Formats: sequence, C-alpha cells, structure tokens
Amino acid sequence: MTDQAHVVASTGADRGGEASPRPAIQVVPVKGLPIVAAIVVFLIVAITKNWRWALDWYHVAGGGLWTGIDLFVGLVLGPILGRLSIPARAEFSARFMPKMVLIMPTVVVMTLAAGFQLAVNLGDLEPSNPNHGWLVASFAVVGVMSVIALGLLEPANIAVLFEMRKPQPDGEVIAKLMKRFIYTAGILGLMQVATLVIMTRVATQ
Amino acid sequence: MTAHAHTPATGALARQFPPITQLQVGALALVIIGGIDMASYFPRRPPLGLPIALLAGSAAVFAIAVVMLARVQDFAWDPFFLVIRWALLAYLIQAGMIEYVFVHNHASGAPLVVVTLMLVMFAITIPTVIAFTVARYQVMPRTESHT
Repeated sequence: MTDQAHVVASTGADRGGEASPRPAIQVVPVKGLPIVAAIVVFLIVAITKNWRWALDWYHVAGGGLWTGIDLFVGLVLGPILGRLSIPARAEFSARFMPKMVLIMPTVVVMTLAAGFQLAVNLGDLEPSNPNHGWLVASFAVVGVMSVIALGLLEPANIAVLFEMRKPQPDGEVIAKLMKRFIYTAGILGLMQVATLVIMTRVATQ
Repeated sequence: MTAHAHTPATGALARQFPPITQLQVGALALVIIGGIDMASYFPRRPPLGLPIALLAGSAAVFAIAVVMLARVQDFAWDPFFLVIRWALLAYLIQAGMIEYVFVHNHASGAPLVVVTLMLVMFAITIPTVIAFTVARYQVMPRTESHT
C-alpha cells in the first residue's frame, strides 16, 4: 500500500476532456511512519512509568487535535468539499486523505490510551467518583464515533485513494465514496461537541 | 462537469454484493459495546455474562460475513489481501496498545481473556471491512455473476 502510482488521467466525470496530470498517490505516507512510531513508543513509556505530565500531554494534545480535526473537517471542510466538482474533490483528496490515514489513528490512540491510564491513576473510574458517570458517557460517545469512523469513514477514505490510483479512475465511485466521507465526517464533528461538554465537565469537577 | 446523477450506475457501482459491510460494521458495534461495558467496571471485576454474549454475537455475525464474502464470485482478491495485511498490522498494533493498558493495570483471569478476544475481533473486523470496501470497487473481467 505504500508504493506510489503516478496517475495521469482524468476522472470519470470529465472523461473525454484533455487528460491533466494528477499528483502521485501514496495511500500511506511512508515518511510519516517514523514519527508515528516515535509517538507510540513514548506513549508506551509514559504509560509504563505512569508519568503524569506525559499522560496529560498525550491526552490533552491528542484529544484537542482529534476534536479539532473532526470539527473542522466535518463542519467546515466537508460542506465545502460537497460543493466542489468531482475532479476538484479528487484532486483535494489525493493530497488530503493519505495524511488523514496516518494522523487520525495516531491521535485516537494517543487520546484513548493516555486518557484511560489517567482515569485509572486519578481514581475517576471508581463508582464513588463523581466523574465515573461522565466517563462512562464518554466511552459511549467514543464507541459510537469508533463504529462510524472505523466502519464507514476510514474504509471510504482508503477506497477513494485506491480508486484514484487506477489509470482511469471512476468518477461515480469517487463521488459515492466522497459523499459517505462528507456525511460521516459531519456526524463525527457534531458528536465531538458532546465530547467537549463531557471532558470540560470532568476536568472541572 | 456533472456527477451523472441521472444515469443508472455502471461499472463497479452496478455490481450488487451481499450485506457484507453491514454485517462487519454490526460485528464491530457489538464488540465495541462489550468493550465499553467492561471498561465501565474497570478496575473492578466486571460481570462477564453480557460481554461474553456480545462477543459471541460479534463473532457469529463476523463469521456469516466471511462466509458470504467467500462465496462471492469474480471478486478482486489481490487488492483485498493487499489491503487486509497492512490494515491488520496497523490494527494489531492498536489492539496491542489497548491490551497493554489493561495488563499494565493488573487486569487478569477471565476478564482479561474476554478483553483479549474482544480486541482480536476489533483487530480483524476493521481490516476486513476496509479491504472489502476497496476490493468491491475493483472491476473484474467477468462482472455478470452476482451472489
């Protein structure tokens, strides 16, 4: 999945027009993998050593990025993408989606692993703790988001990239998958508002 | 430039598949609900009846999806296996991280076994749905045989 395919073709929507060169599409940006590996290794160390500052950093930085990206993509970028022509969407996706393939799983792992460890260390998961109910609510929100993101959005994201690697990408397939991407990203953006409410509540109790 | 909204689906979009994606997403949902139930009790020992039932349901639904997938004719197995092996690697690492957090916090015995099996389901379900979504849009030389 990491090899490059230099696609010089038009999408199905503008077939018949003059072929325009499109960017090389790399499903997984290899250059980003060492950064992801470093983040995961330091996360494991932070959990093993129970470093409070590092766990806080991973949870706050990861959660902030996760929430911010979901809100921005779902509520700002998604509607803009929906109004673009299919070739323009394809051009944007070719540059945008490979980065999302690396960024989103990384920030999700950072947030959840560090957050769970923090909750255990702080006693927030104990039934007597006032935060217990809020954390269970956050588990439920994350659970619904996981099903949408992992079961619907991410497969569509990767399928678009594979479609665009073809010598003759099918514009209808790209349009269908992009529509799924836009709708699911919008739902995730709205659900992140619930996460913001819960997490600010937990942090101030 | 239009999106051909009025024309019937052609090519890869024209082909009908069994509800494999729906079943796989259903299996994922069941195992995630089970995981949430177990995590909500942590670090106490959770009752295992509901999580085991959800895990068994998830495994059964996933198995049905796999059987349906295996019976699809003229399927693009090469891209399917290309995607699934990389996605499996990525999600095994993610599942391993989650498992590590539970082990590090002294989860043990039957609850740990159930969590581990749930993480296995998590790690195989997502790559399968990603790989199927990619492969279903690959046009094969013979596309007239539907299942």
